[in-house]
Amino acid sequence: MLGTSAPASRADDSPGYRVFRWINTVFLVLVCAATLYPFVNVIAQAFSAEEYITRGQVNLVPRGFNLTTFSAVFSDDRFWINYRNTVVYTVVATAIAITLTTMLAYAISKKHLKGRGFIIAVALGTMVFNGGIIPNYLLVEGLGMRNTIWAIVIPNAISAFNLLIMKSFFENFPAELEEAAQIDGLTTYGVLLRVVLPLSRAVIATMVLFYAVFFWNQWFPALLYFDDADQYPVTMYLRNLMAAALVNEDLGTDSAQISSNIQAVAMLLTMLPILCVYPFVQRYFVSGVMLGAVKQ
Amino acid sequence: MRVGNDSRRAKGPTTVAVPAATAADGSAKTRPSATRRTPGSWLRRHLREWRVALRKDWRLYTLVILPLAYFAVFRYVPMLGNVVAVRRYRPGGSIFGDEFVGLYYIRQVIGDAGFWNAFQNTIVLGALTLVIVFPLPIILALSLNEVRSRLFKRFAQTVSYLPHFMSIVVVAAMVMQLVSIRGTVNQALGLFDVGPISFMQEPDWFRTIYISSEVWQTVGWGTILYLAALTTVDSQLYEAARVDGASRWRQTWHVTLPGIRPVMIVLLILNIGNFMAVGFEKVLLLYNPLLYPTADVISTYLYRIGLEIGNYSYAAAIGLFEAAIGIILIVSANFISRRLVGESLW
Repeated sequence: MLGTSAPASRADDSPGYRVFRWINTVFLVLVCAATLYPFVNVIAQAFSAEEYITRGQVNLVPRGFNLTTFSAVFSDDRFWINYRNTVVYTVVATAIAITLTTMLAYAISKKHLKGRGFIIAVALGTMVFNGGIIPNYLLVEGLGMRNTIWAIVIPNAISAFNLLIMKSFFENFPAELEEAAQIDGLTTYGVLLRVVLPLSRAVIATMVLFYAVFFWNQWFPALLYFDDADQYPVTMYLRNLMAAALVNEDLGTDSAQISSNIQAVAMLLTMLPILCVYPFVQRYFVSGVMLGAVKQ
Repeated sequence: MRVGNDSRRAKGPTTVAVPAATAADGSAKTRPSATRRTPGSWLRRHLREWRVALRKDWRLYTLVILPLAYFAVFRYVPMLGNVVAVRRYRPGGSIFGDEFVGLYYIRQVIGDAGFWNAFQNTIVLGALTLVIVFPLPIILALSLNEVRSRLFKRFAQTVSYLPHFMSIVVVAAMVMQLVSIRGTVNQALGLFDVGPISFMQEPDWFRTIYISSEVWQTVGWGTILYLAALTTVDSQLYEAARVDGASRWRQTWHVTLPGIRPVMIVLLILNIGNFMAVGFEKVLLLYNPLLYPTADVISTYLYRIGLEIGNYSYAAAIGLFEAAIGIILIVSANFISRRLVGESLW
């Protein structure tokens, strides 16, 4: 984390401020607890026996610990197919998005580039205005991308927000390094690939994380553009479980609770990869966003 | 975010000249000098400048081609595609519609009770989001900023960012489990001999549920830009304030808050611009026909009309309505902000 606006030293604390700091700490602890509770609850349900969930007795710790629901979900072929789809979509989409974003961000970070203002305006315009659901749908359908992976990986290839972060990062890149490389005979492509990118790991890690999480979490394009459930990503698998559970709850049957057990397992498995990489890449994205968001 | 510079430029009495400020970035240089004004020489000069630039930077321009093509096709064509609202669309026909029908669909929208119900819900949810969800990240960021233990601060940040990275499907599923008949919320109510309440079947509860989940998911992440802004506040200002005898509270009020004001304004304007687009995906996942009276927003209504029933032109007209209100909101927010506080998006 970067520096903070340093508070006064301890000696300067007035009694009132000391009280405030205690309240503040308690407040933050409560915020953290409230943020974490739903996660803990899902984990507890995923490992619990059905009858305890049905009676509403599972909150923080699993009761009647068992793994039968996991094997139930794992033995569902559709789950594996959808999970694999998510992985494929995420990898392909992230690769495309990173390539396009880096190319554009690098070009518009060069202040002397003629027409730069126009290009930036074109990109930023998409932050405020968008075509809306129907025209987007008609476009994807008109291009014949329905029921293909392209409907998932192309229409959101560049996020203006990510582009801005990368652009400011490249703008702050030491110009001397690039000039030296150019004198040594590297072309623009060479400078970008061999000098700039290797030294931009923090921002690239940030962008990969942002895009990968975005594409991993996506579900709506799949709902719109796929007719065959075998093409769905795992988020749609979970969404269909939810829809089924809702119908059951309306009927007031116990199966609603049983499926809430299966739902918990599906939720856990859906967010598992993110939970696993998150602690490690977290420090990159904090510094990445801060570098990008704050100019000078 | 290039608020700082622009706002200073726009502060004077000449504020009304809006377009000039937008073009200021690069294009200003290309304008012809006042002495040579004949159109022919202007064009020639322009072309020559472009030839020089293309020869010198052609490699950079090759990098730009694909991304610009992407923006043109997948962002700007759909914007133009909204003309389908005044042209009848036929399946398999042009995405811009096949025959002009004038305001037929727009009039239909105005006379549609379902639309006005969704409109009202959108306004209520949008306003609640703006009033409740917008200020909370500021408070949380200020609170985090007072933490001295680096370890605890880092822990709190890590935890509070986490929900932002969860799929909206996961969040919706969590919400449904927490508010289910046997869920945690009803268990807690049971301690006070209240309930159980079947939250997902009572329209009165939808707004509370929606806003709470929105707070849970977005507030932590919302602090990140404010925390970044806080690091840029000049520490000499704090020292000066201390020398003048300002308490920590007064320092926050007179130094910290003004220091992050540009970020606050930019985010506020962007939020106002998104006012009409309130949580489409979340509502779509959480609602059911029982909840339509409070949960149906314009975008979900539009989704049902357009993609479930297949009346594309009519749905596009609804979308156009939504977009028009959004644009009016963001332009006026920007204008008011520039007038009152001298900060603006453009």
